[in-house]
Amino acid sequence: MPDTLLSTHQLCAFYGDFQALYDLDISVAAGEVVAIIGANGAGKTTLLRSIAGLCENESQQVQYRGMSIGAQRADQIAFNGIALVPEGRQLFPSLSVEENLIIGGQTKRHGPWNLQSVYQLFPILQERRQMPSTQLSGGQQQMVAIGRALMANPDLILFDEISLGLAPVIIKTIYEALPGIIGEGLSAMIVEQDISKALSVSSRFYCLQEGRSALAGDSQTVAREDISKAYFGVD
Amino acid sequence: MNWINAIVQGILLGGLYALFAAGLSLIFGVMRLVNIAHGDLIVLAAYLGLSTTIMLGVHPLLAMLVVIPLMALGGYVLQRGVLNHTLGDDLLPPLLVTFGLSVIIQNALLEGYTADPQKMSAGALETASLPLGDLSIGVLPLLTFAIAVLVIGGLHWMFYHTALGRAFRAVSDNQDIAQLMGLNRRHIFGLAMALSLAITAVAGILLGVRTNFDPSIGGARLIFGFEAVIIGGLGNLWGTLVGGVILGVAQTIGAQINPGWQLLAGHITFLFILAVRPRGLFPRMTG
Ligand SMILES: Nc1ncnc2c1ncn2[C@@H]1O[C@H](COP(=O)(O)OP(=O)(O)O)[C@@H](O)[C@H]1O
Ligand SMILES: [Mg+2]
Repeated sequence: MPDTLLSTHQLCAFYGDFQALYDLDISVAAGEVVAIIGANGAGKTTLLRSIAGLCENESQQVQYRGMSIGAQRADQIAFNGIALVPEGRQLFPSLSVEENLIIGGQTKRHGPWNLQSVYQLFPILQERRQMPSTQLSGGQQQMVAIGRALMANPDLILFDEISLGLAPVIIKTIYEALPGIIGEGLSAMIVEQDISKALSVSSRFYCLQEGRSALAGDSQTVAREDISKAYFGVD
Repeated sequence: MNWINAIVQGILLGGLYALFAAGLSLIFGVMRLVNIAHGDLIVLAAYLGLSTTIMLGVHPLLAMLVVIPLMALGGYVLQRGVLNHTLGDDLLPPLLVTFGLSVIIQNALLEGYTADPQKMSAGALETASLPLGDLSIGVLPLLTFAIAVLVIGGLHWMFYHTALGRAFRAVSDNQDIAQLMGLNRRHIFGLAMALSLAITAVAGILLGVRTNFDPSIGGARLIFGFEAVIIGGLGNLWGTLVGGVILGVAQTIGAQINPGWQLLAGHITFLFILAVRPRGLFPRMTG
């Protein structure tokens, strides 16, 4: 078992009085790709936001490289090497495509990713680099969102429903690019509604249900009916 | 001839109003904060300029070298120490706190400098003028206008061509996602307020050289700045300059008709433009 890069310990998250996550224990090893699946509202986005520092948690509930980062601010966590590709892309509308990428590299961490390598990965972005990000198609915007996260040269990258609302052909393009992204020692957590997509690119998975982990296991050997049970919460 | 003169004077006056407005606009743009104390901060800068000229015996324009960094530093501390804690989904707390700050500044200035009107002397610069056809253009108003153009041009350049400007725009677009990029919004807001008050320092000193000032005049400067921002269109820096010029010209033309009508003409023009173009003349295209 390789070293654990990130782990959560009885992670709880709240929106005001509403509790969205209950005592979640999840771990990602160095170089590992972990899928997070679950129905709408299960708490997948909340989990990623907690890890990235956008939801408040208690310090020791998130451990990363031996540090307790649960209470750190999102900008501190970014400097530590965790990047989030947020649900719904959320590009900066006032910034051009290239500026969106450049600001992703704000942390100035060293690594293989820079403007050139992102443009190599998604050549269409180079053609559109001067455009406002709002003028791109959904798929191209998703490429910018992924490129923006890569520009930080993270050790752990969190993908939140990168295929949401995109045409199948675009989803295919983006998923074909994934191995090239995750290949070089990068660890990833992938949230997807499309279970088979998520399982096909990951080695392990967690299935969330109403803020709790309902099932966890090996992505390649898990039985589909077990997932259906955990997913829908039916017995 | 009087009319042309009034228009030219109004345009130049508009430069000063644009300087009042630029800092206000910057703060609103980056953090959606309406700084009620903005006018009083302008007056504070004028008094700091006055003290600097007296203590160091320097020309008011040179005093800027002292007052600009002082105001900028004060702005950063004010933002990190006080204003950041008031920002949130609710617009009311920052309004109340900056209103309180406005009262505090006015009273502190009254204590420190009394209510007597003051003025900074700029020596020969005050009376120097350039002939332009039959008109005579004051060098000081011309210089004020030139500084306004430089400041607004510089701000525009900073906004669209520097890392800091990119950070300002990103935080303005989406604070959470900007944090994910490693930007600490509290620090960015501090820098924005520092920059805003640096501009305020310039505006305050130019104001204090041009006219008498006393601790009570901040409110009207806030309104002029506010009107210039709204006329020009929120979020558009060059629009703010145009807004300042329109306000200035409206005031000088009003005064030309009847000396008592100066301020009224400015306000009426503002209300008229607000009624016809609620988003101002040049609202920013995106967002
Ligand atoms: N900003 C919010 N305020 C209040 N409740 C929220 C907020 N965001 C999400 N929730 C609630 O938290 C739960 C988990 O949401 P989320 O993490 O977005 O789920 P998922 O990403 O799995 O669809 C849902 O019940 C949702 O309604
Ligand atoms: Mg979600």
